[in-house]
This record gives sequence, structure tokens and C-alpha cells, in this order.
Amino acid sequence: MLQTLDIEKRFGGVYAVDRLSISIPRGLITAIIGPNGSGKSTLINLLSGTLPLDGGMVVVGPKRLRIIKPFDSPNIGLTRTFQDVRLFEQISVLDNLYVVMTERSSLLSLFQRARKEHRERAERILNVVGLWEKRNDLAEELSYGQRKLLEVGRLMAMNTQIYLFDEPFAGLALHMIEVVKGVMRELQEYGRTIIFVSHNMGIVRELSDYLIVMDSGRLLAHGRPDQVLNDPAVIEAYLGN
Amino acid sequence: MQIRQQAISRALSQLPQALLLSLRNHLEIWATVVVVLAAASFMLSRGTGFSITLMTVFAIWAMLAVSLNLVLGYTGLLSVGHVGFYGIGAYTVAALTANPRQELLEGEIIQIFAWPFFAALPVAVALCGVVAFVVGVAFSRFRDDVYVLVSFGFAIIAYNVFVNWQWVTRGPFGIHQIPKPAIFGYTINDDLEFLVLTLAFLAIVVGISWLIVTSSFGRVLKAVREDEDAIEVFGYRSSRYKLAIWVISAMMAGLAGAMLATYTSFVDPNSFILLESILLVAIVILGGLASIWGSLLGALAFVLLEEGVRFVPFLPPEHVGQVRQIILGTLLVLLMLFRPQGVAGRFKL
Repeated sequence: MLQTLDIEKRFGGVYAVDRLSISIPRGLITAIIGPNGSGKSTLINLLSGTLPLDGGMVVVGPKRLRIIKPFDSPNIGLTRTFQDVRLFEQISVLDNLYVVMTERSSLLSLFQRARKEHRERAERILNVVGLWEKRNDLAEELSYGQRKLLEVGRLMAMNTQIYLFDEPFAGLALHMIEVVKGVMRELQEYGRTIIFVSHNMGIVRELSDYLIVMDSGRLLAHGRPDQVLNDPAVIEAYLGN
Repeated sequence: MQIRQQAISRALSQLPQALLLSLRNHLEIWATVVVVLAAASFMLSRGTGFSITLMTVFAIWAMLAVSLNLVLGYTGLLSVGHVGFYGIGAYTVAALTANPRQELLEGEIIQIFAWPFFAALPVAVALCGVVAFVVGVAFSRFRDDVYVLVSFGFAIIAYNVFVNWQWVTRGPFGIHQIPKPAIFGYTINDDLEFLVLTLAFLAIVVGISWLIVTSSFGRVLKAVREDEDAIEVFGYRSSRYKLAIWVISAMMAGLAGAMLATYTSFVDPNSFILLESILLVAIVILGGLASIWGSLLGALAFVLLEEGVRFVPFLPPEHVGQVRQIILGTLLVLLMLFRPQGVAGRFKL
């Protein structure tokens, strides 16, 4: 279970996330939706430690956290993609995966090299996202869709409990969307918790088991997608009166 | 017969285009061939003694260039403070090993240790490591333009220490009579033997650097260079990696400084001015960012340029230094325009 208790984030005097308390069920695919500027990506940034909390607390399993440092997020069982793809551009596709698979200690990593098991795992992941043929290319040489898929592959290479996807389907071709959906379902089969932000209502309806709607940094609605998407408050937030 | 002639003339007409294409696609190989051939012919024409000097100077610059490439090319931190560690290494060895008969400065006798070189060398390297660690704890919080500025500050502070801590450095007078390395009672006075020793140290620096950049650690350095915030989300404390490579690199620069001191048997602050750091950055960029081979190539090309310009006919000696800098600057501008990763580089600034 992932919970937030009255978490806050302010930019100047504007609340991007305003005393938000949500509970995200374990082992399900949860979608977060809301109009532009509703605080969805800020929430992902707060959960992953990319932005510091201005108030409140995040609860992950037994851990109650008021401060999350980015480098601690894998230790508390979280990993993420970014809204704007952020790859390690001038290194190879294969190295983009190896770098998240190998030793975290600066001292021990000096004596470690990518081994056979790393390569086998990277090969499996790159085959899933369809990039094995591109393994020796630099990440910057990939197309936009391929870059998004590599970011998803990099997430697969992380062994955590909670996976945060920030707009994973935006700008993807249909066959690539199917790949990402397949990855999410596969992670769910392994008991992982998936949280994704999206504007694509078709995918949200199809993929999510649980839905959270945000508006102006606050929780507007939550629950089963079919119920939430028929909620008049949600319809108003999206379509107006 | 006519068909054959036509084929030959067509091939000849396409030759310049093919050569240009090959040059663009295989610049690293072409540059290596040109620089190595130029070095070989230059050394053959100038004789053995000159060749040994040239190679010794090359080995010292190459140690510096490889060490800076770890920070600049692999980690993406543009440091112009490397000359500080070069100087600390040199001055430590100078202060610990020099044994002048009577050195007076403002009426005070400076401390004389007269240590053997191989006792002073580890102290010099370790001291560079300690200073780099202390400075690096603060530096590793910075990146990009701010990193350039703080490393610039370090170079200025280091230079001022060399000038003003006269009780250690003898200030502008410098330290004379730095002995040659001696081991088990045998002094390495012969230039060729000294070259072998310097090349052995260069081999150690290159070997350690290769081990670093091909390890998981090296891969993380490149990721830090590409996106420091993103790599942190995957569980890495980027500041620790930046600090570690900064310290390792500084120790290598200290080793180069130590070799310079014992080679020239004299050090003064003029060897460690900011311009030396700028030249070093230029060598690393010209040779190739994130490429150990590139740093070796860059250092060799630089030493050739340094020495070669002296023998250009009709060039007045007082203009030699300026011509060197013009050539180096022009090369740097051309590379930034047409090949920003340098000749053998793997990373574009």
C-alpha cells in the first residue's frame, strides 16, 4: 500500500499539490487523471523524491517518510519514468539498461563489469520493447517512440515494488502503446503496483483497476474507473458545465 | 583500352571525394597515423636526445590529459583547476626532496627534508588526494557553469599559495636542486632511464583509467554526465561518484607534477598558471572527450606543436609562443564547429 497524508507542494504562492491524501492499492494498476496543471506530474515527482515535500507524509509499507531523497526512492521500492523522456543520451541503448542493473556502491562498482546475467536480462527486456537490434546505438539516435520504449525498458530493469509511469503513452504509435500496456500487465502479474498518469481515457478505461482524479492539486474522486468516470464532478472538471 | 582509360579517369576524379569521406568517417585513424608519423619523422630528424626529451614531456602531459579526461570527458565536469593538483604534486616532491647547500630567503633558512624521491612521491600523490577530497566535498554539489567557476577559483587559490607560502615554496624564486629519482642507491640520471620510468607511470595511469571507465563505476560516470538528476532516481548518489573521480584524477595529476619536478629539477609558480589548465582542457577536447586514446593523441600532438613550432624557418623566436597559441586556438574552434567530440572522442560537449 502506498499512501500520502496531507502532502503539499507550493511553487511560490501557488499550491501544485494541496493537502493531498490518497491510498493506492497494492498489486493493481492505478491511473491518475486530471486536467492540465492539476498536479499529477508534481505528485509523481514528490513520490519519487525528484521534488521535496513542503508538508505531509508519504507512507510506503511500514515506512513513513517526510523527506524523500531521489537516490532513496529505489530503497523504498519506487522507480519512475519522466514526462519528458530523460535517457542517458550519449551512451548506448544497452548501457542505458546496464546502468540501472549494476552495483550502487561507488566503491564496489569500481570492481564490477556487466556480466552474462546482466546481458541476458537486458536482451530479454530489449526484445520485449523491440530495441534489441538497436542495442549498440546511442540513445540520442533513437526516434521519439523508441526513446519512450527504452525508458520503459529501463524501468523494467529496476527491481522495485512500485512503478510510476508519467504520461507513458503520449506521442506513441499504436503498436508501441500495445507494448507499454503489455509491460504494465506483465509487471502486475509479478505482483507489482503500477501507477500511471495519462490523458488517454480509452487506455485509462481499458487498463486501470483503480482511478484517482486530481483537480487543482486536490483529490477530486477515486475508486473503480467505471464509477469515477460517471461522477458528475469529474465530468464537470473535464468538460465544464 | 579506351574503356579502361575512362574507368581510370573516373576513379581519379572521384578520389578527392572518396578521401574526404574516408577522412570524415575515420578521422580517429587518420589523425593517429598523421600524428604518429609526424612525431616519428620529427624525432628521427632531431636525434635521440631530443626524442627522449620530447617523449618525456609527452608522457607527463599525457598523464595530465588522461586524468582530466576522467573528470571532463567521462563525468562532464569542466574543471580548469587541474593545474592546482599538478602544482601540489610538483611542490610536494620539490619541498621534500630538494637539498640545496644554502638556501636563504629573507634571512630565514627554509626547512630541508632531503627525502628520497620514492618516499616523497606517495606523499605528493596522497596530499593531492586529501586536498581534492576537502575541495571536492564542496565542488561535488555543483555542475555546469558553476563548476567551471569554482574550479577556476581553485586554480587561482592554488597559484597564490605557490607564490605566497614562501616558507614552503620559496615563492617566485622557486625550489632548485630537486634530485633525480633514486632506488636502492641507484640514481636515475640517464634521460632514457627517466623516460622509461615516466612511461611506466603513464602506463599505470592509463591502466587504472581504463579499469575505471570500463567498470560499472565508469558507466555511472557517463550517466552522471548525461543527466545527473535522472541517475539519482535510480539509486545513485551522484555527488559521491563526482567526488571519487575528482580525487582519483587529482592524484594522477599530482603524480604528473611530481615527475615534472624531478625531471626539470626546478619548480616555480609560472609552471602552474591558469593558462596551463586552459591548454590542458584544449588538449583533452582536441584529442577526444571520453577517450583515453584521444588524450594520448592530444598530448602527443600538443608536444609536437610545442616543440615543432620552434623549428619553423623564418619564425622569430619571440613569436613562437604566440604562434603555438594561435594554432591551438584555431584547431579548437574548427573542431568545435565540425567535430565537437574532438578527434577520437565519444562525447560531444
